[in-house]
Amino acid sequence: MLKIDREYKEKLIDPLFAPLDRSFKLSAGVLLALILWGAALYFRQVFLGLGVTGMGRPVYWSMYIVNFIFFIGISHAGTLISAILRVTGAEWRRPITRVAEAITVFALIVGSMQILIDMGRIDRLPFTFIYGRLQSPIMWDIISVTLYLLGSVTYLFLPLMPDLAIIRDNLPAGVPEWRRKFYVILSLGWRGTKEQWLRLEKAVGFMAVIIIPIAVSVHSIISWILASTLQPGWHSTIFGPYFVIGAIFSGIGALFIAMTAVRKLFGLEKYIAQKQYRNLGLLFITMNAVWFYFTFAENLGIATGQQTYEMPILATKLWGEFAPTFWLMVGFMAAAFWILVVPLLLPKPKPEAAPSPIFSRRFITSSAAAMAFFAALLIVPRTVSAPLASLTSASIVSTVVWALVIGNAILFLLSVSLWLKAHPVTATVIASALVVVGMWLERWNIVIPTVTHPMLVSSAAYTPSLTEISITVASVAGFVFMFMIFFKLFPPIAIWELAEGEVIKEAQSKVVIPEPEASDPRMRRWGFKSNSR
Amino acid sequence: MPKWSMVIDLDKCVACQGCSIACRFENNTPVVTPDQAELGRAVRWNDVFPMPVNPTEEIGEYPSVKSQYITRPCMHCENPPCIKVCPVGATFINEEGIVEQNYARCIGCRFCTVGCPYGVRYFNWYKPEWEAPLGEHLNPDRVEGSGVLEGPAVRPLGVVEKCTYCIHRLKKAHAQAEAEGRDFRPDEYVPACVQTCTGKARFFGDLDDPESTVHKLSLNSRTFRLLEDEGTHPKTIYLREG
Repeated sequence: MLKIDREYKEKLIDPLFAPLDRSFKLSAGVLLALILWGAALYFRQVFLGLGVTGMGRPVYWSMYIVNFIFFIGISHAGTLISAILRVTGAEWRRPITRVAEAITVFALIVGSMQILIDMGRIDRLPFTFIYGRLQSPIMWDIISVTLYLLGSVTYLFLPLMPDLAIIRDNLPAGVPEWRRKFYVILSLGWRGTKEQWLRLEKAVGFMAVIIIPIAVSVHSIISWILASTLQPGWHSTIFGPYFVIGAIFSGIGALFIAMTAVRKLFGLEKYIAQKQYRNLGLLFITMNAVWFYFTFAENLGIATGQQTYEMPILATKLWGEFAPTFWLMVGFMAAAFWILVVPLLLPKPKPEAAPSPIFSRRFITSSAAAMAFFAALLIVPRTVSAPLASLTSASIVSTVVWALVIGNAILFLLSVSLWLKAHPVTATVIASALVVVGMWLERWNIVIPTVTHPMLVSSAAYTPSLTEISITVASVAGFVFMFMIFFKLFPPIAIWELAEGEVIKEAQSKVVIPEPEASDPRMRRWGFKSNSR
Repeated sequence: MPKWSMVIDLDKCVACQGCSIACRFENNTPVVTPDQAELGRAVRWNDVFPMPVNPTEEIGEYPSVKSQYITRPCMHCENPPCIKVCPVGATFINEEGIVEQNYARCIGCRFCTVGCPYGVRYFNWYKPEWEAPLGEHLNPDRVEGSGVLEGPAVRPLGVVEKCTYCIHRLKKAHAQAEAEGRDFRPDEYVPACVQTCTGKARFFGDLDDPESTVHKLSLNSRTFRLLEDEGTHPKTIYLREG
């Protein structure tokens, strides 16, 4: 019989057995409807052919591949947080490992489904085993993604086992029989003996080490699928590390969103606290900076080389038909960087002095309104009338208007910074949402401009069809739905890891650190150690 | 073993698209409606299009405009990027240098279509269909055996297809020579596009044979290959306009 702290039981186990409330049923219903709609359109696609998508020649790959790269990228949250932080013994990881590992498994399931959805002949999937050619990057991908999925399911399950045994031994009264059996079977006879603990620690430690290179290989290989072709814009050596960094970056974003949702729904503010947000936030800022560095490096070579086939693709991103998605991506990432960094730089407001008027509500609303007005000035006249459009699209006018949009955006971001400083969790979630959407756009900006601008086929346009959009929405819905089900069955925080952390903290608190020796302040100022007593 | 190669003399090509039509009837390429063609789903194993491919890049201004047309079958590269990326070996280069496509093996991942820098590969977005009179006149030739389905055999939904230098003609020529109990001669076989070419701009033969026309033409000073610096070594060779 395993014992559990009363507080843990109340916070982490009891909610699992609470009756389903209305908001849960409603959101599950909506998500299921979206999933079923997507599934129906998918079966239609299998029956009729990929003609129901917006693809054609030369756009042979499109939104499904974008989703594939995106979701597999999201899956890197789990490995990073859980494995790297476990290996390096970062104590603050404890309350968020479970959420991170769950993201990995679900994002991988949704991500690898995208490739299957994209296949023209799903019935021939076994051919990849029967006739598989190891020389093909797709085979590398199948191997590494399968390995990663198996590895991360194991890595999710291993630390779950003691928790399942704790639940098994602490079931509330009146639990349905199937739930009892569920935990009995899944806990695999865990009794918490010393030998079992030693084995578990060994297994978790081994998996943590082994899963890091697998995770790095997965997103490298995805990038190599693109980079191993001769297509302009893809044939680049920087893609491997660029994709891995992007994956970790978007993964942290997804983790922030998921852990905040769990924190709010389960009321776990005590466990998932400022420390987690601050430390992971610093990692997030680092990834953001590295991502900017890579994006710049990737495009710099193309811009300065100005090669026949490479340059037109970059041009479409900088000022052509992909400029909206490209600059939106850059804008989102820059805004996320600002939201994370600037509040840290602001001095703590003094309670006795009123804050500068720039942080006032009036300034926030007026700068936002001005930004929206000038942005509308850029877009609306084009749709309304031609003479008006010619007025605003004159180069001097449009330059001034653009400057006003960007200037007001900066003023807006500056004016909300104090509010963001006061609400770090909300600020982090906003930044995360920007990054997750920005990273999806990044995948789009990598895949679509190249397939629409091949070397010997005239440029094409690509608009996703209803089928592709629905399946994408259904994929996101499926991802969220899996979370909802998972956290109705399993505790959102690794209970034993939390308890272990408490024990370590308590043991550390008993260690007495000697006070530093007092030295003569006058001498110390000049860098001398005082020996005279 | 011959190494099949095609030489296209652009000085003689009149861009009549006869090769495209001959190819279409020889190889049963499906017909699509105009709205599908708009989406880039027209299948032209042998395509004829202006160069450069994007009109915005057109060189010169009226009246001194230079427009050039190019006719493009598969390049049958000696170092084909498409076969390297295929996960199941559905596309492969045979011992006579022809890049083949096995419709019974292809899983429809479209990595080869993305990998090919020439865009010579096509995909069956829908089940191929022909309107009433066309459907009755399909080429009955099939290349099939031990799980291999290629050539003009009607393609199933969701697979990739491409120019095969009329592989069924080659197989038939080989079979005939065997039936007559004699050695196969390289001049017994030409693809349909070469046979039909109005301006007699296309030449076909064994590139390894120093006496063959294609070998001699390949040494011409007007010789060039498409995307020559990509390292694919095409065996479809062009002669520049004079």
